[in-house]
Amino acid sequence: MPIKGEYMGMMLTIDDVDKENREFFGHCAKGDFRLQKGKESGLLRYPPTTACPWTGERDYDWVSVEGKGTVHSYAEVHHPIQPAFKEKVPYMVLVVDLDAQKGAPTEHEALRVAGNLVTTDGEFASPEMIKSVGIGTRVKMVFTEITDGFAVPHWMIDEDADQPESPWRYPQE
Amino acid sequence: MTLSSVSDADTSTEKFLRGKYAVCGIGETTYRRGSEESTRNLATWAIGNAMKDAGMEAGDIDGMLDYSGNDSTFAPQVANDLGIRLNFYMDVHGGGSSTEALIGIAIGVIEAGMCKTVAIYRAMNGFSQVRIGGTGARSAVPIAGDQIHHRAYGWQSAGQMFAPSFLRHMYDYGTTPEQVAAVKVAHSKHASNNPKAYYKQRQTVQDVVNSRIICKPLHLLDCCVETDNATCIIVTRLDRARDCPNPPAVIQSVAGRVCKPRGDIHLHYQGGPISTVAGHYAKDIIFPNAGMGPKDIDVTGSYDAFTFTAMLQLEDYGFCKKGEGGDYVSSGIIELGGARPNNTSGGHLCEGYTHGMSMVIENTRQLRGAADDSCPVGPDGKKQHTYDYAEGGCRQVKGAEVTCNMGWAHPGTGSAMIMAKDAR
Repeated sequence: MPIKGEYMGMMLTIDDVDKENREFFGHCAKGDFRLQKGKESGLLRYPPTTACPWTGERDYDWVSVEGKGTVHSYAEVHHPIQPAFKEKVPYMVLVVDLDAQKGAPTEHEALRVAGNLVTTDGEFASPEMIKSVGIGTRVKMVFTEITDGFAVPHWMIDEDADQPESPWRYPQE
Repeated sequence: MTLSSVSDADTSTEKFLRGKYAVCGIGETTYRRGSEESTRNLATWAIGNAMKDAGMEAGDIDGMLDYSGNDSTFAPQVANDLGIRLNFYMDVHGGGSSTEALIGIAIGVIEAGMCKTVAIYRAMNGFSQVRIGGTGARSAVPIAGDQIHHRAYGWQSAGQMFAPSFLRHMYDYGTTPEQVAAVKVAHSKHASNNPKAYYKQRQTVQDVVNSRIICKPLHLLDCCVETDNATCIIVTRLDRARDCPNPPAVIQSVAGRVCKPRGDIHLHYQGGPISTVAGHYAKDIIFPNAGMGPKDIDVTGSYDAFTFTAMLQLEDYGFCKKGEGGDYVSSGIIELGGARPNNTSGGHLCEGYTHGMSMVIENTRQLRGAADDSCPVGPDGKKQHTYDYAEGGCRQVKGAEVTCNMGWAHPGTGSAMIMAKDAR
């Protein structure tokens, strides 16, 4: 049976044969962020794939990774496309460099994990909170349940981390 | 096989095909919002115009290529409508990196002896049916598998998906909104001299940065104008193209759907730097294969789905130093009257959105010396260009001999082509 769940007015579906995404989002539902790790390369990868991008190896293990990182860049949407997002503008999509494996195996690579900026309660961030976040902000992962056995990762400001004095933001507010 | 021999085995135009093929016919419909025509009807309209331009009849064309995202009409139906019997056709999935790539494929299939002349088309109701940045039914379709990783976050339209690259360029290099707005200023200037452009009004930097924010860093006027239209380009061997009524635009080199390493469903964010685009790699194909460099190019056609896409490509193809794209596009170089004008038709930002085709059509016109502006037509039937680029005036580049087109699918994938005036 495909896993189906409604979220933000959209039907999200994961097919039976889509093993990689079933596992990925299934782990998220347990509050456990796991990524595939190539057995030979020992390297983590995101989003889920069917082989290791460095060795082509198809064997892997799902390993737990700490959901902490730094905002690498972002999109701040003021004109929404999807209907249910109209009530959420402005909203932020963060592209976050995980601390794990940052700058490896080459200088400009990182596990860059996407998600919306949300509050500690998992609500979309307020316009005021958005104005405090930019490139360099330290964030940690939080999960939003879609349905039984299916959750998606989001990001919230990491209150315990040392934050940059003023993270880089687009110059026009 | 060692890596260096792979490179040697590359069927580069330098060794085999440089200067052997040409664009011999170009055609387009109007650029409108609300065509009230099927894509099938738009396609036959544009192809018919291109056949007239090439002086060809149905029997002269035996190959067809088209591309779409399942929002068009496929080649067999369109060819049948026009009485064209095909020896080759292919309907290709894709968007903005298709034009140059399909021209390369056309050269390949003609070279393979599969057919003689290929008509390439893109027919789209980009405003009234399938709107890429649209908010209608298309934006609310069910989302499966890999798409969850972006669409669930309200990260879907082209502008939303590309925005992190654009912002990171500003962060990495200090590029400003005002610098990038200069792309719209230049293209709107060009469009003001293009009677068929959808938006003909000239815009200022302030107009752009004061227009409403769509998705930071994109203001409304940083985004292209989605229109309904069809476009067609006919490719054949140079010796055959020389029999056509208009001077051939001779193809010097092509790069098709060149990718950055580590592409993924989010486009290119796992690799990096994310402020670098596929042109960084494509430049190493088109310039050596054409036997020339950026300094030899008179006119550029850098894909302007957004102001930023035009800038990023001009930079990564080497028209300026890495990181200096903002300076380059705001220097006046890319405007008519500047050293190397970009998108002299007004491009996607102003003329209309065609998924790249119109930029090759415009550069073909430039090489012919036949920009379809408001300049008078002489007794020989040719445009008598004034080279006065004042509003409503000329848009022909004086002495345009070599052009470079740069198509864009997304930051991680692009295509390119260099064309030159026939040396004969």
